[in-house]
Amino acid sequence: MYPSDLKYTKEHEWIRVQDGEAAVGITDFAQKQLGDVVFVELPDVGATVTQGQTFGNIESVKAVSELFAPVSGEVVAVNGDLATHPEQVNNTPHEAWMIRIRPSAPAELDSLLDADAYGELTK
Amino acid sequence: MTTAPTPAIDVPESFESRHLGPRPADLPGMLEAVGAVSLDALIDEIVPADIRLARPLALPPAETEAAYLRRLRGIAARNRVHRSCIGTGYYDTLTPAVIQRNVFENPGWYTPYTPYQAEIAQGRLEALLNFQTMVSDLCGTEVANASLLDEATAAAEAMALLARVHRNRAARTFIVSPRVFPQVRAVIEARAVPLGLTVRFEDPALAEIGSDVFGVYVQSPDDHGEVRDLRGLVARVHEAGALVAVGTDLLALAIVTPPGEAGADVVVGSAQRFGVPMGYGGPHAAFFATREQFVRQSPGRLIGVSVDARGRRAYRMALQTREQHIRREKATSNICTAQALLANMAGFYGVYHGPHGLRAIATRVHDQAVRLAQRLEDLGWQQTNAAYFDTIRLEGADADVADVRAAAEARGINFRYPEPGIIQISLDETITEADLADIAGAFEDRASREQAAAGLAPAGSAGPLPAGLARTSAFMTHPVFNAHHSETEMMRYIRSLERKDIGLDTAMIPLGSCTMKLNAAAEMMPVSWAEFSRIHPFAPAEQVAGYRHIFTELEGALAAITGLPGVSLQPNSGAQGEFAGLLVIQAYHRSRGEDHRRVALIPQSAHGTNPASASMAGLDVVIVACDARGNIDVDDLRAKATQHAGSLSCLMVTYPSTHGVFETRIREICAVVHEHGGQVYMDGANMNAQVGLTSPAAIGADVCHLNLHKTFAIPHGGGGPGMGPIAVAAHLRPFLPGHPLVETGGDRAIAPVAAAPWGSASILLISYGYLAMLGGEGSTAATRLAMLGANYIKARLEPHYPVLYAGASGRVAHELIFDLRPFKARTGIDEQDVAKRLMDYGFHAPTVSFPVPGTLMVEPTESEPLEELDRFCEAMIAIRAEIEAVATGAADPKDNVLKNAPHTAEDVSADEWTHPYSRQQAAYPVASLRHAKFWPPVSRIDNPFGDRNLMCACPPIEDYAG
Repeated sequence: MYPSDLKYTKEHEWIRVQDGEAAVGITDFAQKQLGDVVFVELPDVGATVTQGQTFGNIESVKAVSELFAPVSGEVVAVNGDLATHPEQVNNTPHEAWMIRIRPSAPAELDSLLDADAYGELTK
Repeated sequence: MTTAPTPAIDVPESFESRHLGPRPADLPGMLEAVGAVSLDALIDEIVPADIRLARPLALPPAETEAAYLRRLRGIAARNRVHRSCIGTGYYDTLTPAVIQRNVFENPGWYTPYTPYQAEIAQGRLEALLNFQTMVSDLCGTEVANASLLDEATAAAEAMALLARVHRNRAARTFIVSPRVFPQVRAVIEARAVPLGLTVRFEDPALAEIGSDVFGVYVQSPDDHGEVRDLRGLVARVHEAGALVAVGTDLLALAIVTPPGEAGADVVVGSAQRFGVPMGYGGPHAAFFATREQFVRQSPGRLIGVSVDARGRRAYRMALQTREQHIRREKATSNICTAQALLANMAGFYGVYHGPHGLRAIATRVHDQAVRLAQRLEDLGWQQTNAAYFDTIRLEGADADVADVRAAAEARGINFRYPEPGIIQISLDETITEADLADIAGAFEDRASREQAAAGLAPAGSAGPLPAGLARTSAFMTHPVFNAHHSETEMMRYIRSLERKDIGLDTAMIPLGSCTMKLNAAAEMMPVSWAEFSRIHPFAPAEQVAGYRHIFTELEGALAAITGLPGVSLQPNSGAQGEFAGLLVIQAYHRSRGEDHRRVALIPQSAHGTNPASASMAGLDVVIVACDARGNIDVDDLRAKATQHAGSLSCLMVTYPSTHGVFETRIREICAVVHEHGGQVYMDGANMNAQVGLTSPAAIGADVCHLNLHKTFAIPHGGGGPGMGPIAVAAHLRPFLPGHPLVETGGDRAIAPVAAAPWGSASILLISYGYLAMLGGEGSTAATRLAMLGANYIKARLEPHYPVLYAGASGRVAHELIFDLRPFKARTGIDEQDVAKRLMDYGFHAPTVSFPVPGTLMVEPTESEPLEELDRFCEAMIAIRAEIEAVATGAADPKDNVLKNAPHTAEDVSADEWTHPYSRQQAAYPVASLRHAKFWPPVSRIDNPFGDRNLMCACPPIEDYAG
């Protein structure tokens, strides 16, 4: 089951909103599809991301996938731990956040899936 | 319906009887197994009637091996081996005999495939790691890749890398020094245009470097031979916010300050002069070295260090997600082929000579150049290079230059004459003191060799390079470069690596889409002959009549086979052939005022190289769907062709398809594309199912490339070389690629795609020999037996494994796909487990997860005898039983022979054995292994570990202790 405090995209990102900031990662379903993650390419702090557009790349041994921003906004933090420990994405996918965004259009959150809807999608 | 003759394979001296695996007596049984009344009937079921050739393939009559070699001796004699002082990126070299005999001419090194199955490729992976370490040490950079096709394409890749990594995506200008080799400049420009990059040929020391500039390319030693202190220039470019790539000479770097130490971001060049013959242009290994931070953006293969399941050090190809088979149109390059065999030769040259030996060779070459310059200045010539390594540039009156040229050629010496009134002389390790006297003597033609020698200062008198240019740092300090300097040690080191790998000298390599057929010794031998190997690619035309004769005949044979009359032998790999073919198509559209045609239709099932090449040629990729049977969805194709009719450039289609099926509607597919103004590009990867039965022209294609390293017997070299000539219809012939220094190509030629006019010319001999000795009948027989073999495997294995695709008649072409996904769902055993388990049975795996994830694609080729086909089938059937044991619970789901495969001798003979199956089940699952067992040297390699802990050079010595 997917955590109910998160929202999800059809492209398999999750987003957790807390104190006006939104942490973004990829779902358990996504990490299983990718297999062993070996590298995550992320934007710099201060970059602007747009809902539905790519903000980075994630690589496993045999696949590479783009990362899509669930909402628009400014990147206020990047998880530097993933540079040395990309396996966190496999081990604790819903904890291993990649970037934190300050959303510029919070209404965009309404367009995302809740845990049930995402669970349906990945059945 | 044509009836091709049954193979005439009972004449003992015929090459055909040696090339083909199955014997005439085997055919009835094989046909019975597949359920066909005759080979003709089987072929009729496989190849659609509407594309069959009306007449047998017309090639010159087949020659025996002896007759071919005798005739080739005569052709070779028409090439004249002069002492080469032309330079320009190609230098004569002394291939150490221990390397020539044990590597270059050894099927253990030239027949393996690219090391995707790393556990049975540890030998050449270690050798390639040596190459990477040697290159990055010499260049003074952090990392180097496992080689690229040639120096010119490496330079173009450097440009592409700098454009990718530059912070400002809007910066699209590349400044290239005019003092870069002409063939390198031409290829850089050819690659820049479709990418939308602008090239400015200006001296970077003076050029204005604005914010539109992402990078600068300089060369040192440069086109004149001048060695530059790069530090000021690199600083200037970096200050302006741009990046720097430097072309250089690997031997010079033994005594010249390396570009990496001057701050260069990328360093490229050719490793040819490290023991790899010139071969009239190739094959050679180019190198590509850069900063660690750019490694994920780098092209080509990269060997890395990882560990196996027991924690042993093990090598593998790292960061494969950069490659086109995964990233398709977003790949770092369309070419991931390395020149593995040649990189290994160069690496072994470094191992054999070591840093001291290389320094000694470089010092001697430099000393000779300085003494020659002094003598020629005494004779009144002006030498204009301020500092140089091996090349001097002389100015004189035109008449004097003409006299010297005549005298030199009379003495069997080639100089370079780059422009009127200029002579350039490049020396190399083959030049003896007597040669040097001959060279000097060409400038005083009445002098005897002794008199000329007397005019030269004594050997060793030249003194070092100026401070600031002279290298002060150590290099190649790793023990591997300091341990194998006697021939005994070297021979054993090479052999110790060779025995870790599976090549065609050990077993069948049933890789689908790779066509691992016999690379016959008689085809290979002439590549070593001096008349072919010691020819400079820019040698005067009158010295290469033998080569030109072979090119003409080979072009004729390939035109006959494809039905397409125009042939270019220039492209150095299949991917480069694709790129060349697409540029030719674009030039054709442009000639008709239709430059706006930029859409390439590519079926879903295409190899990733197709979209990567299209993207590099500046085309927009539109994917065409496939139906449930894996065939092109013709309705979708028609819809997309209609939708893009105004901008349609081409369709790229593989035939038979990547699924190994002759699609019956191919003529209709090609017609749809033509109706909408597009051209049809046929990927020739699967030509081994076409030769003599159908042809690219027969299906309606306008262009195709031919992987000479697949269908036409050039060996895979353990990951290169290859050759990818293109054949084109008459209307495209004027656009075939040209060359800045040698006349070739069409009369409206596109720019060159490779450094040398005929690519890796020397290995064209292999395909030439293959066709000469098989003739039309024999090469058609090969096609027929390749398809019989694939259908025989299908018949034997279909009861055990589901076959994914077949043609309308239920037949496959020359290869077939086994679907392992149902087993994974039931048992957790996946395609990797089966691939690794095959190693325990002594086999290299089939192609894994291409073109469909979770599958194995098998291509037996015509060269494998029935016994070997049966041995493979028995292994697969036995493995199927092992999977079943997991399914029924008879075997542990985690601790079983498949999950733990491959099993090493060390593991199986260990005192402790904790697995629930026996040692015999692990290592000798079938009786036939008792008389021939291959032991994988390492167990399953940890791929994620290697990519997470990237290490791309020889591990430090303390790691060897463990």
